[in-house]
Amino acid sequence: MSTWNDPAGGFHPVSVTDYLPRARLEEIQLQRLRSVVTRAYDRVDLFRGRMEERKLTPASIRHLEDLAQLPFTVKADLRDTYPFGLFASPMEEIVRLHASSGTTGKPIVVAYTREDIEVWKEVMVRTFVSCGVHRGDVIQNCYGYGLFTGGLGAHYGGEALGATVIPMSGGNNERQLMVMHDFGVTVVCSTPSYFLHLVEHAQHARTPVRVRVGVFGAEPWSEAMRQRIQSDTGIRAYDIYGLSEIIGPGVGAECSAQAGLHLFEDHFLPEIIDPATGQVLPDGTEGELVLTTLSKQAMPMIRYRTRDVTTLVPEPCSCGRTLRRIRRIERRSDDMFIIRGVNVFPSQVETALLQVEGTLPHYEIVLTREKGLDQMEVRVEVTPEVFSDTMRALEAVHKKLADAVDHILGIRVAVTLVEPRSIARSEGKAKRVIDKRKL
Amino acid sequence: MGISQVSIFLENRAGGLADVTDVLAQNDIDIRALTLADMADFGILRLIVDDPDRTRNVLKAAGFTADKTRVVAVEVPDKPGGLAATLRALRQGKVNVEYMYFAARTRAGRAVLIFRFDELDRALDVLREAGVVVLSTLNAV
Repeated sequence: MSTWNDPAGGFHPVSVTDYLPRARLEEIQLQRLRSVVTRAYDRVDLFRGRMEERKLTPASIRHLEDLAQLPFTVKADLRDTYPFGLFASPMEEIVRLHASSGTTGKPIVVAYTREDIEVWKEVMVRTFVSCGVHRGDVIQNCYGYGLFTGGLGAHYGGEALGATVIPMSGGNNERQLMVMHDFGVTVVCSTPSYFLHLVEHAQHARTPVRVRVGVFGAEPWSEAMRQRIQSDTGIRAYDIYGLSEIIGPGVGAECSAQAGLHLFEDHFLPEIIDPATGQVLPDGTEGELVLTTLSKQAMPMIRYRTRDVTTLVPEPCSCGRTLRRIRRIERRSDDMFIIRGVNVFPSQVETALLQVEGTLPHYEIVLTREKGLDQMEVRVEVTPEVFSDTMRALEAVHKKLADAVDHILGIRVAVTLVEPRSIARSEGKAKRVIDKRKL
Repeated sequence: MGISQVSIFLENRAGGLADVTDVLAQNDIDIRALTLADMADFGILRLIVDDPDRTRNVLKAAGFTADKTRVVAVEVPDKPGGLAATLRALRQGKVNVEYMYFAARTRAGRAVLIFRFDELDRALDVLREAGVVVLSTLNAV
Protein backbone atom coordinates (compact mmCIF):
# COMPACT_ATOMS: atom_id res chain seq x y z
CA MET A 1 0.00 0.00 0.00
CA SER A 2 2.71 2.42 -0.91
CA THR A 3 0.22 4.92 -2.35
CA TRP A 4 -0.90 6.00 1.06
CA ASN A 5 2.55 6.01 2.45
CA ASP A 6 3.25 9.63 1.69
CA PRO A 7 7.04 9.82 1.33
CA ALA A 8 7.17 13.21 3.00
CA GLY A 9 4.59 12.30 5.58
CA GLY A 10 5.63 8.94 6.91
CA PHE A 11 2.89 6.47 7.62
CA HIS A 12 -0.02 6.33 9.98
CA PRO A 13 -2.92 3.87 9.61
CA VAL A 14 -5.53 6.55 10.19
CA SER A 15 -4.45 8.33 7.00
CA VAL A 16 -5.79 5.47 4.87
CA THR A 17 -9.03 7.43 4.55
CA ASP A 18 -7.13 10.17 2.71
CA TYR A 19 -6.63 7.77 -0.22
CA LEU A 20 -10.08 6.15 -0.60
CA PRO A 21 -11.45 5.82 -4.12
CA ARG A 22 -13.85 8.74 -4.73
CA ALA A 23 -16.87 6.44 -5.16
CA ARG A 24 -16.24 4.80 -1.80
CA LEU A 25 -15.66 8.19 -0.15
CA GLU A 26 -18.97 9.47 -1.55
CA GLU A 27 -20.81 6.42 -0.22
CA ILE A 28 -19.46 7.21 3.23
CA GLN A 29 -20.36 10.87 2.84
CA LEU A 30 -23.96 10.12 1.87
CA GLN A 31 -24.46 7.64 4.65
CA ARG A 32 -23.07 10.08 7.21
CA LEU A 33 -24.96 13.04 5.75
CA ARG A 34 -28.28 11.25 6.16
CA SER A 35 -27.40 10.36 9.69
CA VAL A 36 -26.27 13.87 10.70
CA VAL A 37 -29.32 15.51 9.12
CA THR A 38 -31.56 13.10 11.00
CA ARG A 39 -29.72 13.89 14.22
CA ALA A 40 -30.00 17.64 13.70
CA TYR A 41 -33.68 17.38 12.73
CA ASP A 42 -34.57 15.19 15.69
CA ARG A 43 -32.60 17.04 18.33
CA VAL A 44 -32.13 20.71 17.42
CA ASP A 45 -35.15 23.01 17.27
CA LEU A 46 -33.52 25.49 14.94
CA PHE A 47 -32.67 22.90 12.28
CA ARG A 48 -36.04 21.15 12.50
CA GLY A 49 -37.92 24.45 12.30
CA ARG A 50 -36.03 25.57 9.23
CA MET A 51 -36.46 22.23 7.48
CA GLU A 52 -40.19 22.18 8.25
CA GLU A 53 -40.52 25.67 6.76
CA ARG A 54 -39.18 24.19 3.54
CA LYS A 55 -41.28 21.04 3.89
CA LEU A 56 -38.16 18.92 4.16
CA THR A 57 -37.55 15.85 6.29
CA PRO A 58 -34.38 13.80 6.72
CA ALA A 59 -35.87 11.46 4.11
CA SER A 60 -35.51 14.27 1.56
CA ILE A 61 -31.77 13.56 1.48
CA ARG A 62 -31.34 10.77 -1.04
CA HIS A 63 -28.23 11.95 -2.85
CA LEU A 64 -25.31 14.16 -1.90
CA GLU A 65 -26.69 16.84 -4.22
CA ASP A 66 -29.86 17.04 -2.10
CA LEU A 67 -27.76 18.88 0.49
CA ALA A 68 -28.31 22.05 -1.57
CA GLN A 69 -32.00 22.05 -0.57
CA LEU A 70 -31.16 22.45 3.10
CA PRO A 71 -31.04 25.89 4.71
CA PHE A 72 -27.73 27.52 5.65
CA THR A 73 -26.48 28.00 9.19
CA VAL A 74 -24.65 31.24 9.98
CA LYS A 75 -22.55 32.55 12.85
CA ALA A 76 -25.48 34.64 14.09
CA ASP A 77 -27.39 31.39 14.70
CA LEU A 78 -24.76 30.35 17.22
CA ARG A 79 -24.95 33.73 18.88
CA ASP A 80 -28.76 33.79 18.94
CA THR A 81 -28.91 30.37 20.56
CA TYR A 82 -26.13 31.17 23.07
CA PRO A 83 -24.94 29.25 24.92
CA PHE A 84 -26.28 25.72 24.33
CA GLY A 85 -29.18 26.11 21.87
CA LEU A 86 -27.62 24.13 19.02
CA PHE A 87 -26.48 21.18 21.12
CA ALA A 88 -27.73 17.81 19.90
CA SER A 89 -26.46 15.85 22.90
CA PRO A 90 -27.48 16.02 26.55
CA MET A 91 -24.90 17.53 28.90
CA GLU A 92 -24.13 14.06 30.29
CA GLU A 93 -22.62 13.14 26.92
CA ILE A 94 -20.71 16.36 26.37
CA VAL A 95 -17.14 16.15 27.59
CA ARG A 96 -15.71 19.45 26.36
CA LEU A 97 -16.75 23.02 25.66
CA HIS A 98 -14.79 25.62 23.72
CA ALA A 99 -15.71 29.17 22.83
CA SER A 100 -14.60 31.80 20.38
CA SER A 101 -15.10 35.53 20.19
CA GLY A 102 -18.41 36.80 18.90
CA THR A 103 -19.35 40.16 17.45
CA THR A 104 -21.17 41.53 20.46
CA GLY A 105 -18.99 40.51 23.38
CA LYS A 106 -20.79 37.20 23.94
CA PRO A 107 -18.70 34.33 22.62
CA ILE A 108 -20.05 31.45 20.60
CA VAL A 109 -19.89 28.09 22.36
CA VAL A 110 -19.07 24.75 20.76
CA ALA A 111 -19.40 21.28 22.29
CA TYR A 112 -17.83 17.86 21.89
CA THR A 113 -18.89 14.38 22.91
CA ARG A 114 -16.24 11.74 23.55
CA GLU A 115 -16.77 10.54 19.96
CA ASP A 116 -16.31 14.09 18.66
CA ILE A 117 -13.00 14.37 20.50
CA GLU A 118 -11.92 11.09 18.88
CA VAL A 119 -12.79 12.44 15.43
CA TRP A 120 -10.95 15.67 16.21
CA LYS A 121 -7.86 13.69 17.23
CA GLU A 122 -8.13 11.63 14.07
CA VAL A 123 -8.29 14.61 11.71
CA MET A 124 -5.43 16.28 13.56
CA VAL A 125 -3.32 13.11 13.21
CA ARG A 126 -4.12 13.15 9.48
CA THR A 127 -3.20 16.84 9.44
CA PHE A 128 0.19 16.17 11.02
CA VAL A 129 0.89 13.19 8.76
CA SER A 130 -0.05 15.29 5.76
CA CYS A 131 2.47 17.92 6.90
CA GLY A 132 5.21 15.30 7.21
CA VAL A 133 5.14 15.03 11.00
CA HIS A 134 5.60 11.62 12.57
CA ARG A 135 6.34 9.69 15.74
CA GLY A 136 9.62 10.86 17.21
CA ASP A 137 8.98 14.47 16.30
CA VAL A 138 9.01 17.04 19.10
CA ILE A 139 6.14 19.47 18.61
CA GLN A 140 6.25 22.93 20.14
CA ASN A 141 2.59 23.91 20.24
CA CYS A 142 2.33 27.71 20.34
CA TYR A 143 -1.41 27.78 19.68
CA GLY A 144 -3.24 29.24 22.64
CA TYR A 145 -4.48 26.75 25.21
CA GLY A 146 -7.85 27.54 26.71
CA LEU A 147 -11.19 28.38 25.18
CA PHE A 148 -9.57 28.73 21.75
CA THR A 149 -9.68 25.39 19.91
CA GLY A 150 -6.18 25.71 18.45
CA GLY A 151 -4.12 24.70 21.47
CA LEU A 152 -5.94 21.58 22.63
CA GLY A 153 -6.80 20.52 19.07
CA ALA A 154 -3.16 20.37 18.02
CA HIS A 155 -2.17 18.98 21.42
CA TYR A 156 -4.39 15.91 21.35
CA GLY A 157 -3.66 15.29 17.68
CA GLY A 158 0.08 15.41 18.28
CA GLU A 159 -0.16 13.00 21.19
CA ALA A 160 -2.44 10.63 19.27
CA LEU A 161 0.10 10.59 16.47
CA GLY A 162 2.72 9.52 18.98
CA ALA A 163 4.82 12.65 18.73
CA THR A 164 6.13 14.50 21.79
CA VAL A 165 4.00 17.57 22.45
CA ILE A 166 5.23 20.61 24.39
CA PRO A 167 2.18 22.66 25.45
CA MET A 168 3.74 26.13 25.18
CA SER A 169 0.87 28.41 24.19
CA GLY A 170 1.91 31.82 22.84
CA GLY A 171 4.04 34.56 24.34
CA ASN A 172 7.35 34.78 26.18
CA ASN A 173 9.69 34.69 23.19
CA GLU A 174 12.81 34.05 25.26
CA ARG A 175 11.34 30.91 26.77
CA GLN A 176 9.93 29.76 23.42
CA LEU A 177 13.42 29.95 21.93
CA MET A 178 15.05 28.30 24.90
CA VAL A 179 12.62 25.36 24.69
CA MET A 180 12.97 25.19 20.91
CA HIS A 181 16.71 24.87 21.31
CA ASP A 182 17.09 22.82 24.49
CA PHE A 183 14.26 20.33 23.83
CA GLY A 184 15.32 19.65 20.25
CA VAL A 185 12.03 20.86 18.77
CA THR A 186 11.45 19.62 15.21
CA VAL A 187 7.89 20.89 14.58
CA VAL A 188 6.33 24.23 15.46
CA CYS A 189 2.57 24.80 15.51
CA SER A 190 1.72 28.49 15.46
CA THR A 191 0.39 31.28 13.33
CA PRO A 192 2.84 31.99 10.50
CA SER A 193 3.33 35.56 11.70
CA TYR A 194 4.17 34.43 15.21
CA PHE A 195 6.76 32.01 13.86
CA LEU A 196 8.35 34.80 11.82
CA HIS A 197 8.36 36.91 14.94
CA LEU A 198 10.22 34.16 16.81
CA VAL A 199 12.67 33.83 13.93
CA GLU A 200 13.42 37.55 14.11
CA HIS A 201 14.03 37.18 17.81
CA ALA A 202 16.22 34.11 17.32
CA GLN A 203 18.48 35.97 14.92
CA HIS A 204 19.34 38.36 17.69
CA ALA A 205 19.85 35.51 20.12
CA ARG A 206 21.76 33.42 17.53
CA THR A 207 20.16 30.20 18.72
CA PRO A 208 20.59 27.27 16.34
CA VAL A 209 17.47 25.10 16.16
CA ARG A 210 16.50 21.78 14.59
CA VAL A 211 13.00 22.76 13.50
CA ARG A 212 12.08 20.92 10.28
CA VAL A 213 8.35 21.57 9.84
CA GLY A 214 5.98 24.45 10.56
CA VAL A 215 2.27 23.66 10.91
CA PHE A 216 0.80 27.08 10.41
CA GLY A 217 -2.81 28.21 10.63
CA ALA A 218 -5.36 30.47 12.31
CA GLU A 219 -4.64 33.42 10.04
CA PRO A 220 -4.43 34.18 6.33
CA TRP A 221 -0.99 34.12 4.76
CA SER A 222 0.36 33.98 1.26
CA GLU A 223 2.56 31.87 -0.95
CA ALA A 224 5.14 34.68 -0.87
CA MET A 225 5.25 34.49 2.91
CA ARG A 226 5.68 30.72 2.76
CA GLN A 227 8.58 31.07 0.34
CA ARG A 228 10.16 33.64 2.63
CA ILE A 229 9.79 31.44 5.72
CA GLN A 230 11.13 28.39 3.89
CA SER A 231 14.12 30.16 2.38
CA ASP A 232 14.97 32.12 5.53
CA THR A 233 14.74 29.19 7.93
CA GLY A 234 15.10 26.04 5.86
CA ILE A 235 11.90 24.51 7.28
CA ARG A 236 8.90 23.22 5.34
CA ALA A 237 5.93 25.49 6.08
CA TYR A 238 2.43 24.01 5.74
CA ASP A 239 -0.94 25.69 5.85
CA ILE A 240 -3.73 24.12 7.86
CA TYR A 241 -7.38 25.12 8.10
CA GLY A 242 -10.12 24.87 10.65
CA LEU A 243 -12.76 26.76 12.57
CA SER A 244 -14.33 26.24 15.96
CA GLU A 245 -17.88 26.02 14.61
CA ILE A 246 -16.90 22.95 12.59
CA ILE A 247 -14.40 21.31 14.96
CA GLY A 248 -11.36 23.56 15.38
CA PRO A 249 -8.09 22.92 13.55
CA GLY A 250 -8.18 19.75 11.48
CA VAL A 251 -10.73 20.63 8.79
CA GLY A 252 -8.07 20.65 6.10
CA ALA A 253 -4.31 20.58 5.63
CA GLU A 254 -1.67 20.87 2.96
CA CYS A 255 0.38 17.88 1.88
CA SER A 256 3.91 17.55 0.55
CA ALA A 257 2.74 19.04 -2.77
CA GLN A 258 1.97 22.36 -1.02
CA ALA A 259 -0.69 23.06 -3.62
CA GLY A 260 -3.90 23.62 -1.72
CA LEU A 261 -5.36 22.13 1.45
CA HIS A 262 -6.99 18.69 1.40
CA LEU A 263 -10.31 18.78 3.24
CA PHE A 264 -11.06 15.79 5.41
CA GLU A 265 -14.16 15.21 3.36
CA ASP A 266 -15.26 12.08 5.14
CA HIS A 267 -16.03 14.31 8.16
CA PHE A 268 -16.64 17.74 6.62
CA LEU A 269 -18.62 18.00 3.41
CA PRO A 270 -17.64 21.11 1.43
CA GLU A 271 -19.64 23.24 -0.98
CA ILE A 272 -18.72 26.49 -2.68
CA ILE A 273 -21.52 29.03 -3.00
CA ASP A 274 -22.03 32.47 -4.45
CA PRO A 275 -22.08 34.56 -1.26
CA ALA A 276 -24.64 36.95 -2.73
CA THR A 277 -27.21 34.43 -4.01
CA GLY A 278 -26.44 31.29 -2.03
CA GLN A 279 -26.28 29.28 -5.28
CA VAL A 280 -23.94 26.29 -5.26
CA LEU A 281 -21.05 26.84 -7.68
CA PRO A 282 -19.23 24.11 -9.60
CA ASP A 283 -15.79 22.93 -8.47
CA GLY A 284 -13.05 25.20 -9.74
CA THR A 285 -15.11 28.37 -9.21
CA GLU A 286 -14.25 30.84 -6.49
CA GLY A 287 -16.87 31.44 -3.81
CA GLU A 288 -17.68 31.10 -0.15
CA LEU A 289 -16.85 27.80 1.54
CA VAL A 290 -19.83 26.10 3.18
CA LEU A 291 -19.22 23.09 5.41
CA THR A 292 -21.49 20.39 6.77
CA THR A 293 -20.18 18.25 9.61
CA LEU A 294 -20.78 14.61 8.75
CA SER A 295 -19.92 12.97 12.05
CA LYS A 296 -20.34 15.62 14.76
CA GLN A 297 -22.52 14.40 17.60
CA ALA A 298 -22.71 17.23 20.13
CA MET A 299 -23.13 20.08 17.68
CA PRO A 300 -23.88 19.15 14.08
CA MET A 301 -23.53 21.99 11.61
CA ILE A 302 -25.65 21.85 8.50
CA ARG A 303 -24.36 24.00 5.61
CA TYR A 304 -22.40 26.35 7.84
CA ARG A 305 -21.33 29.50 5.99
CA THR A 306 -17.66 29.97 6.86
CA ARG A 307 -17.38 33.37 5.11
CA ASP A 308 -14.00 32.20 3.87
CA VAL A 309 -13.56 32.70 0.15
CA THR A 310 -11.79 29.95 -1.78
CA THR A 311 -12.02 27.49 -4.67
CA LEU A 312 -12.53 23.72 -4.56
CA VAL A 313 -9.84 22.02 -6.63
CA PRO A 314 -11.23 18.76 -8.04
CA GLU A 315 -8.08 17.57 -9.84
CA PRO A 316 -6.18 14.66 -8.29
CA CYS A 317 -3.18 15.70 -6.21
CA SER A 318 0.36 14.51 -6.88
CA CYS A 319 0.54 13.24 -3.28
CA GLY A 320 -2.03 10.56 -4.12
CA ARG A 321 -4.73 11.74 -1.71
CA THR A 322 -8.20 11.60 -3.22
CA LEU A 323 -9.58 14.30 -0.93
CA ARG A 324 -10.49 17.48 -2.77
CA ARG A 325 -8.41 20.53 -2.01
CA ILE A 326 -9.29 24.15 -1.32
CA ARG A 327 -7.01 26.97 -2.35
CA ARG A 328 -5.34 28.89 0.41
CA ILE A 329 -7.82 31.32 1.99
CA GLU A 330 -6.81 34.92 1.52
CA ARG A 331 -10.04 36.78 2.02
CA ARG A 332 -13.52 36.66 3.48
CA SER A 333 -17.00 37.47 2.29
CA ASP A 334 -17.71 39.59 5.39
CA ASP A 335 -15.75 42.31 7.16
CA MET A 336 -14.08 40.07 9.71
CA PHE A 337 -10.30 40.05 9.72
CA ILE A 338 -7.74 38.07 11.63
CA ILE A 339 -4.97 39.71 13.55
CA ARG A 340 -2.36 37.61 15.35
CA GLY A 341 -4.73 34.65 15.26
CA VAL A 342 -7.63 36.57 16.79
CA ASN A 343 -10.87 37.07 14.86
CA VAL A 344 -11.85 40.73 14.83
CA PHE A 345 -14.99 42.39 13.53
CA PRO A 346 -14.89 46.18 13.06
CA SER A 347 -18.14 46.30 15.03
CA GLN A 348 -16.23 45.12 18.11
CA VAL A 349 -13.85 48.06 17.82
CA GLU A 350 -16.82 50.35 17.43
CA THR A 351 -18.43 48.93 20.56
CA ALA A 352 -15.21 49.56 22.49
CA LEU A 353 -14.90 53.17 21.32
CA LEU A 354 -18.54 53.85 22.14
CA GLN A 355 -17.97 52.73 25.71
CA VAL A 356 -15.51 55.56 26.21
CA GLU A 357 -17.07 58.36 24.29
CA GLY A 358 -20.78 58.09 24.60
CA THR A 359 -20.90 59.42 21.05
CA LEU A 360 -19.87 57.61 17.89
CA PRO A 361 -16.43 58.78 16.87
CA HIS A 362 -15.06 58.51 13.41
CA TYR A 363 -12.50 55.79 13.29
CA GLU A 364 -10.66 53.53 10.93
CA ILE A 365 -8.62 50.39 11.37
CA VAL A 366 -5.28 50.14 9.61
CA LEU A 367 -3.67 46.72 9.31
CA THR A 368 0.00 46.39 8.50
CA ARG A 369 2.58 43.67 8.75
CA GLU A 370 5.95 44.61 10.17
CA LYS A 371 8.70 42.00 10.12
CA GLY A 372 6.08 39.31 9.67
CA LEU A 373 4.02 40.39 12.65
CA ASP A 374 0.53 41.75 12.16
CA GLN A 375 -0.01 45.23 13.50
CA MET A 376 -3.39 46.83 14.02
CA GLU A 377 -3.87 50.53 14.49
CA VAL A 378 -7.18 52.11 15.44
CA ARG A 379 -7.22 55.74 14.29
CA VAL A 380 -9.79 57.78 16.21
CA GLU A 381 -10.71 61.33 15.38
CA VAL A 382 -10.50 63.73 18.30
CA THR A 383 -13.92 65.28 18.78
CA PRO A 384 -14.53 68.50 20.75
CA GLU A 385 -16.17 66.32 23.44
CA VAL A 386 -12.95 64.52 24.30
CA PHE A 387 -10.43 67.22 23.43
CA SER A 388 -8.61 69.01 26.22
CA ASP A 389 -5.86 71.62 26.34
CA THR A 390 -3.95 69.52 28.89
CA MET A 391 -1.83 66.54 27.93
CA ARG A 392 -2.87 64.74 31.07
CA ALA A 393 -6.55 64.73 30.10
CA LEU A 394 -5.85 63.84 26.49
CA GLU A 395 -3.51 61.04 27.48
CA ALA A 396 -6.20 59.74 29.83
CA VAL A 397 -8.69 59.63 26.94
CA HIS A 398 -6.11 57.88 24.82
CA LYS A 399 -5.49 55.27 27.50
CA LYS A 400 -9.21 54.72 28.07
CA LEU A 401 -9.71 54.07 24.36
CA ALA A 402 -6.76 51.67 24.21
CA ASP A 403 -7.94 49.83 27.34
CA ALA A 404 -11.49 49.51 26.01
CA VAL A 405 -10.27 48.05 22.71
CA ASP A 406 -7.89 45.75 24.57
CA HIS A 407 -10.71 44.61 26.85
CA ILE A 408 -13.08 43.71 24.02
CA LEU A 409 -10.59 42.22 21.55
CA GLY A 410 -8.29 40.59 24.07
CA ILE A 411 -5.22 41.87 22.26
CA ARG A 412 -3.22 45.08 22.66
CA VAL A 413 -3.40 47.25 19.57
CA ALA A 414 -2.17 50.76 18.82
CA VAL A 415 -4.73 53.51 19.23
CA THR A 416 -3.87 56.81 17.59
CA LEU A 417 -5.70 60.09 18.01
CA VAL A 418 -6.03 61.95 14.72
CA GLU A 419 -7.40 65.30 13.58
CA PRO A 420 -11.02 65.48 12.50
CA ARG A 421 -11.56 64.81 8.81
CA SER A 422 -8.23 63.06 8.43
CA ILE A 423 -10.24 59.87 7.97
CA ALA A 424 -11.65 59.62 4.48
CA ARG A 425 -15.43 59.89 4.35
CA SER A 426 -16.98 57.57 1.83
CA GLU A 427 -20.42 57.53 0.29
CA GLY A 428 -22.73 55.16 2.11
CA LYS A 429 -21.09 52.46 4.16
CA ALA A 430 -17.89 53.69 5.76
CA LYS A 431 -14.75 51.84 4.84
CA ARG A 432 -13.52 51.01 8.31
CA VAL A 433 -10.68 48.66 7.55
CA ILE A 434 -7.62 49.51 5.50
CA ASP A 435 -5.60 46.36 5.04
CA LYS A 436 -2.07 47.19 3.95
CA ARG A 437 -0.70 43.75 4.77
CA LYS A 438 1.12 42.13 1.91
CA LEU A 439 0.10 38.52 2.28
CA MET B 1 -10.65 87.24 35.66
CA GLY B 2 -8.18 85.45 33.48
CA ILE B 3 -7.89 85.47 29.70
CA SER B 4 -8.99 83.11 26.94
CA GLN B 5 -6.60 80.69 25.36
CA VAL B 6 -7.39 78.73 22.21
CA SER B 7 -6.05 75.18 22.09
CA ILE B 8 -5.91 73.07 18.96
CA PHE B 9 -5.40 69.33 18.48
CA LEU B 10 -2.56 68.50 16.09
CA GLU B 11 -1.64 65.18 14.56
CA ASN B 12 2.03 64.42 14.39
CA ARG B 13 2.55 64.97 10.67
CA ALA B 14 4.61 67.25 8.48
CA GLY B 15 2.83 70.51 7.74
CA GLY B 16 0.29 70.18 10.53
CA LEU B 17 1.34 73.35 12.27
CA ALA B 18 1.55 75.31 9.02
CA ASP B 19 -2.07 74.36 8.25
CA VAL B 20 -3.12 76.13 11.44
CA THR B 21 -0.98 79.24 10.96
CA ASP B 22 -2.28 79.52 7.37
CA VAL B 23 -5.84 79.73 8.66
CA LEU B 24 -4.79 82.36 11.22
CA ALA B 25 -2.96 84.43 8.62
CA GLN B 26 -5.86 84.29 6.15
CA ASN B 27 -8.14 85.61 8.88
CA ASP B 28 -5.77 88.34 10.07
CA ILE B 29 -5.47 86.86 13.52
CA ASP B 30 -2.64 88.18 15.66
CA ILE B 31 -0.76 85.71 17.86
CA ARG B 32 0.30 87.15 21.23
CA ALA B 33 1.62 83.98 22.80
CA LEU B 34 2.10 80.41 21.69
CA THR B 35 3.27 77.06 22.96
CA LEU B 36 3.29 73.59 21.47
CA ALA B 37 3.06 70.49 23.64
CA ASP B 38 4.10 67.36 21.84
CA MET B 39 3.70 63.65 22.51
CA ALA B 40 4.82 60.78 20.31
CA ASP B 41 1.65 60.69 18.23
CA PHE B 42 -0.03 64.04 18.67
CA GLY B 43 0.39 67.56 19.96
CA ILE B 44 -1.59 70.43 21.39
CA LEU B 45 -1.04 73.95 20.14
CA ARG B 46 -2.02 76.66 22.62
CA LEU B 47 -2.48 80.25 21.51
CA ILE B 48 -3.28 83.62 22.98
CA VAL B 49 -4.76 85.71 20.18
CA ASP B 50 -6.45 89.07 19.76
CA ASP B 51 -9.89 87.53 19.16
CA PRO B 52 -10.23 84.05 20.70
CA ASP B 53 -13.90 83.47 19.79
CA ARG B 54 -13.36 84.30 16.13
CA THR B 55 -10.14 82.24 16.14
CA ARG B 56 -11.90 79.19 17.47
CA ASN B 57 -14.69 79.56 14.95
CA VAL B 58 -12.46 79.91 11.91
CA LEU B 59 -10.36 76.93 13.03
CA LYS B 60 -13.45 74.81 13.58
CA ALA B 61 -14.73 75.81 10.17
CA ALA B 62 -11.39 74.71 8.73
CA GLY B 63 -11.88 71.26 10.30
CA PHE B 64 -9.71 71.50 13.39
CA THR B 65 -10.68 70.47 16.89
CA ALA B 66 -10.24 73.70 18.86
CA ASP B 67 -11.30 74.67 22.32
CA LYS B 68 -11.26 77.75 24.57
CA THR B 69 -9.77 77.63 28.06
CA ARG B 70 -9.31 80.23 30.82
CA VAL B 71 -5.69 80.93 31.66
CA VAL B 72 -3.92 83.58 33.71
CA ALA B 73 -1.50 86.17 32.28
CA VAL B 74 1.02 87.53 34.74
CA GLU B 75 3.49 90.37 34.23
CA VAL B 76 6.83 90.13 36.00
CA PRO B 77 9.99 92.25 35.92
CA ASP B 78 12.30 91.00 33.17
CA LYS B 79 15.30 90.40 35.42
CA PRO B 80 16.88 87.50 37.31
CA GLY B 81 14.46 86.28 40.00
CA GLY B 82 11.46 87.88 38.32
CA LEU B 83 9.81 84.53 37.67
CA ALA B 84 11.00 83.00 40.92
CA ALA B 85 8.96 85.38 43.10
CA THR B 86 5.72 84.43 41.34
CA LEU B 87 6.37 80.70 41.54
CA ARG B 88 7.35 81.04 45.19
CA ALA B 89 3.97 82.57 45.91
CA LEU B 90 2.22 79.71 44.11
CA ARG B 91 4.22 77.14 46.01
CA GLN B 92 3.35 78.78 49.29
CA GLY B 93 -0.33 78.80 48.36
CA LYS B 94 -0.04 75.11 47.29
CA VAL B 95 -1.37 75.87 43.82
CA ASN B 96 -0.65 73.37 41.06
CA VAL B 97 0.60 74.66 37.72
CA GLU B 98 -0.76 72.53 34.89
CA TYR B 99 1.58 74.21 32.39
CA MET B 100 3.04 77.65 31.64
CA TYR B 101 4.74 79.56 28.82
CA PHE B 102 5.96 83.01 27.82
CA ALA B 103 4.16 85.57 25.71
CA ALA B 104 5.86 86.75 22.53
CA ARG B 105 5.48 90.46 22.93
CA THR B 106 5.88 92.50 26.12
CA ARG B 107 6.53 96.01 27.34
CA ALA B 108 10.16 96.95 27.76
CA GLY B 109 11.68 95.54 30.93
CA ARG B 110 8.71 93.27 31.52
CA ALA B 111 8.00 89.62 30.80
CA VAL B 112 4.53 88.10 30.46
CA LEU B 113 3.78 84.55 31.59
CA ILE B 114 0.75 82.48 30.77
CA PHE B 115 -0.32 80.01 33.46
CA ARG B 116 -2.83 77.19 33.25
CA PHE B 117 -4.19 76.21 36.68
CA ASP B 118 -6.63 73.52 37.71
CA GLU B 119 -8.05 75.82 40.39
CA LEU B 120 -8.10 79.13 38.57
CA ASP B 121 -9.97 81.21 41.16
CA ARG B 122 -7.82 80.11 44.05
CA ALA B 123 -4.68 80.73 42.00
CA LEU B 124 -5.85 84.27 41.25
CA ASP B 125 -6.42 84.92 44.97
CA VAL B 126 -2.94 83.64 45.83
CA LEU B 127 -1.31 85.74 43.09
CA ARG B 128 -3.13 88.94 44.05
CA GLU B 129 -2.37 88.45 47.70
CA ALA B 130 1.32 88.15 46.80
CA GLY B 131 1.10 91.41 44.84
CA VAL B 132 1.72 89.79 41.42
CA VAL B 133 0.46 91.82 38.44
CA VAL B 134 -2.34 89.88 36.75
CA LEU B 135 -3.29 91.16 33.27
CA SER B 136 -6.87 91.19 32.01
CA THR B 137 -5.82 91.29 28.37
CA LEU B 138 -2.70 90.99 26.23
CA ASN B 139 -4.13 93.32 23.59
CA ALA B 140 -2.77 96.44 25.26
CA VAL B 141 0.73 95.01 25.62
